[in-house]
Parts: sequence; C-alpha cells; structure tokens
Amino acid sequence: MWEQIRSNQIRSVVLTIGMGALLILIGYFLGLAFDSAIAGLVIAILLWVILSLVAYFQGDSILLGMSRAKKIRPDDHPRLFNVVEEMKIASGLEKMPDIYIIDDPALNAFATGRDPNRASVAITSGLLQKLNRDELQGVMAHEISHIKNRDVLLMAMCSVLLGTIVLLAYYGSRFLFLGGRTGSRRSSSSGGGGGAQLIILVVALVFMILAPIFAQLIYFAISRKREYLADASGALYTRYPEGLASALEKLAASTEQLKSANQATAPMYIINPFRKKGLKASDLTSTHPPISERVRILRAMAGASFNNYDQAYRQVRGGKGVMPAASLTAETVPIATIKLEGEAGEANDIQRARDTSDVMWRLSNYKTIICDCGAKLRVPPNFKEPQIKCPHCGRTHQA
Amino acid sequence: MPVAVWVIIGVVVVLGVIVVVLQRSLVGLRNQVKNAWAQIDVQLKRRHDLIPNLVETVKGYMKFERETLEAVTKARNIALQASSAGAGERAKVEGELSSALSRLLAVVERYPDLKANQNFLALQEELTSTENKISFSRQFYNDSVLRYNNQTQMVPSNIVASMLGFKAGEFFEVTLAAEREAPKVSFTQ
Repeated sequence: MWEQIRSNQIRSVVLTIGMGALLILIGYFLGLAFDSAIAGLVIAILLWVILSLVAYFQGDSILLGMSRAKKIRPDDHPRLFNVVEEMKIASGLEKMPDIYIIDDPALNAFATGRDPNRASVAITSGLLQKLNRDELQGVMAHEISHIKNRDVLLMAMCSVLLGTIVLLAYYGSRFLFLGGRTGSRRSSSSGGGGGAQLIILVVALVFMILAPIFAQLIYFAISRKREYLADASGALYTRYPEGLASALEKLAASTEQLKSANQATAPMYIINPFRKKGLKASDLTSTHPPISERVRILRAMAGASFNNYDQAYRQVRGGKGVMPAASLTAETVPIATIKLEGEAGEANDIQRARDTSDVMWRLSNYKTIICDCGAKLRVPPNFKEPQIKCPHCGRTHQA
Repeated sequence: MPVAVWVIIGVVVVLGVIVVVLQRSLVGLRNQVKNAWAQIDVQLKRRHDLIPNLVETVKGYMKFERETLEAVTKARNIALQASSAGAGERAKVEGELSSALSRLLAVVERYPDLKANQNFLALQEELTSTENKISFSRQFYNDSVLRYNNQTQMVPSNIVASMLGFKAGEFFEVTLAAEREAPKVSFTQ
C-alpha cells in the first residue's frame, strides 16, 4: 500500500522530462540565433547541471537559510518534536528529520531535503502557536508524506529546471535583441540569407517568451497533484483526516504573507504563501489546490485509506480520481475516534503562545529567568552584569 | 539429446532465479516486520520507564486515588514480566496498562494543583506522546505483518515461503474495547 504511490511518480517523471525538453529547445533556439545551435545546447545543459548539483547537495540548507529557519533540539519544544516523531513512526520513515522553526507570524510549513535520510521539516512560529496537537499532527503528517513520497527532491529538481529556463529565456531574449541588431547589419552587408535569419530570430524570440510560461504550468501541475497525494497520506498516517482539515481551515483564515518566501520556493509550502484572500485558485497558475477544496475532500472521507480519499475526491471534484489505481485496495481503514482535543493537559492558545515565544527567545540565545513574582525576564546574550533586578517586584537574580 | 538437456538447464535456471527473487522479497518484508516490532518495543519500554516517575509525582497530590495508582503500578509490573512474550500476549497486558493509565490521567481533572505542576505537565506530554507512538508503531507493525503474511500465503511466493520456512507473523491487536473506550469519570461523590 505504501510503496505503490511510486506508480504515480511515472507521471511526474514524464512531466519533468517535458520540462527538460523545453530547456533543450530553448538552448537550441538560443544557439541557432547566434549561429551555433550546439553551443547554445551545451550552455543550457551546463547551466542546468551546475544548478542541479548545487540544489542536490545544498538545496535544503539554502532554502532553510533563506527562510531564516532555526533548528531545534528535542527539549526546545517537546510537543513539536514528539509530534514529528509520532509521524515518523507512523510513516515508517527510518531517520528522524531535522526540525526547524521560522520566526514569522505568518502561518505556513514546508519539508525539504534530498532523500528520506536527509530531510527537514520547518514550521513558522505563528502556525506552531495556532494549532492544537491534532492539527499539528495533521500538518506534520502532510510534510512527512512529502518526504516519504520523495516529493521534496522532485520539487527541488523541478524548480531548478524551471529556474534555468526562466534564466535562459530572460537573458536570451535580451541578447537576442542586441544580437539581432548587430546580426542584421552583418547580413545586410553579405546579402542574402537575411530573411531566413530573421525568421529564426522571430521564432526564437517567441519561444523565449512562451517557454517560461509553459514550464511554469507544468511545474504547477506536478506540484498540485503532489499536494493531494500528501493530504491523502497524511490522513492515512494519522487515521484522522479532521486534524489536517481543521489545520488547513486555520491556515486559510489567515491573511498574513510569509516574508521570506519567493516565487521559486512557493510550492514547497503547505499552502501557497502568496495567495490572495478570496482568490479561487483552481486556475492553472496556482501551485496549490484551493484550500477550501482540500478541506472538503478531507471532511468527506468515510475512512482513512487512499481508497476513501479517492472516493471523497471524486465526490467533491467530480470526474477522475487522484490516486494511482495500484494504491487502491479494498481494505478499510477506520478513522480514529478518540482524540486529544479538550483532554487534560492539552495546551490552550495562551499556553501555546507562551511556549512558542519561550522557544523563539531561547533560539536567539536569550536567557529566560522566571521571577518568583511571576514575571519572565529575558536576558540578552550580550548582557554583562552578574546580577539582574526584576523590574516588576525588585528581586535580584543571578544573570 | 543436447536440445532437451538445454531446455532442462534453462528451466532450472529460470526457476532458480524466481526462487531467489521471491526469497529476497520475503526476507525484506520479514526484516521490516522485525524492525517495526523493535519500534513498538522501544515505545513500550519508554512507557514502563515513565510510569514510576508519574506515580511519584502524582502521589503527593492524589489523596483519594490509591486504587487507581495501584492498578497502574500492578499493570506495569505484569507488563514488565511479559516483556519477552509474543505479540499476542504482550498486546493483552499492554492493553491493560493502557486502560489503567488512561483512568489515572482522567482523574487528574479533579486536581487543579496537579494540573499546574510543571513537572507533571512535562510528564504528561511525554506520556501522551508515548501512547501515540505506541499506537502509530502498532499501526505500522500491523501493516508490515499484513504485507508479509500476504506474501507468505499468495501463489507463487507461498511455495517458496513454506519451502524455506517463512512463518506468518503475529498481529499486535489491542483489545479495542479496553483501550479505546473513554474512561467514565463521575463527579458526584
């Protein structure tokens, strides 16, 4: 049941090859316009190989660095760590992924990494304090499925391919304009062949403009499909689709935009960091399926299996299902009934906000002293004095 | 009859390859079952280790719950003794420990002081998570056993399995009624 998700990757591979073909074509046309198709090809492929190697070996650290994510240890936030470990166990992942927190009030999360043995999950502090345990479990199950289904590498590689195409098209069309002018002067002096040259130029130019758009559409198609699959696996791991559904609802309600995201990294996140409120995002140019639809599918599930997700998907969207036929089994997986929400010890909003802010201070190397009067003193890392006085009640503490 | 000899050799080689392939996949699945079992074992041990700590923390606060506390300690001792038993036997005793624990955690509601205790809150997070990890590792273990058993029972791999002595695995089924039923707490005394 678990591995069969692989059959769906064939589709992704075909789409990726399509993007690769676009890259080769763009290199070819670019070369043609400069009288050497082979040189254009070589440059395009060389650029892509270099960028891919960088992405493969350093992609995750670059992405985490760009998001200003901070790595946490188990005792920094026991609840988050435990929830990730629970999902690691449920998915049968062999190695525990690294956990990062992004200090940002926006609500989002993503997974990155090269393969299941080197992977990380990241969550914004805003989301961490907004979600209860079941919801956090749903979100982490979704992210762990991206790792387990090997989406993270695929999406990283696709985004590099897309980036290369955009880069080549951008600079190519500019060079073409300049080259076109000098080229026409040259061809007018030699006479003849100018017409053919011009046709090639125009075709190349049109292609330069269209290629990035096509590449982007393919990229989005791959990424949307992956989101549905990750939702389905998330429901299966937790046996509780409602957790993810209600987390997605909270995510949808927020209007805050993530500061550190950009167009290239958008598909990595659990929801599109750039969506506008009220935008019906089912159009082609969206990296993510509309949240309301994802929630409706999850809520329509009669059980927790892929089969149930597929049925719910067909019920909500109509038409063909989303799950690969090979992964659909007749067995039923019941939804867990007893959940923690409201049980003793489940942290409420205020507690969660306090926990999260404690972690954020600690990760910035601030020391926290809890005074007997109840005040919390945050001591900055460059504080030199041996003692500190509580501004609330006047007691002195060792710094 | 060189042709017949070649045909026989060909058939033997093909059969040999099939047996090797099936044997390897069976071994792979059996190892996954073993790993999944080890995963459950880790979590059960973790729970056994947490309980004395919990009882110690809770004791001072809970004046009227001696029976509940003793039930937890007793269930833990029984579970400890059964820790080298098979999946079926262990599932039974661990299920009893689970229900004793959930009864204890349910009465915590009556002790606001205890609920404010940092030590207890940390312990409770650990216990909750360990309970979850037990049930998630059980989930994964049972899935692995199901896949392995299917392989040992389906044609043609069942022939290889019985030839090479691959035995069906045992499921880790917790008696659902005991574990899943929410403990009833009455506040009328």
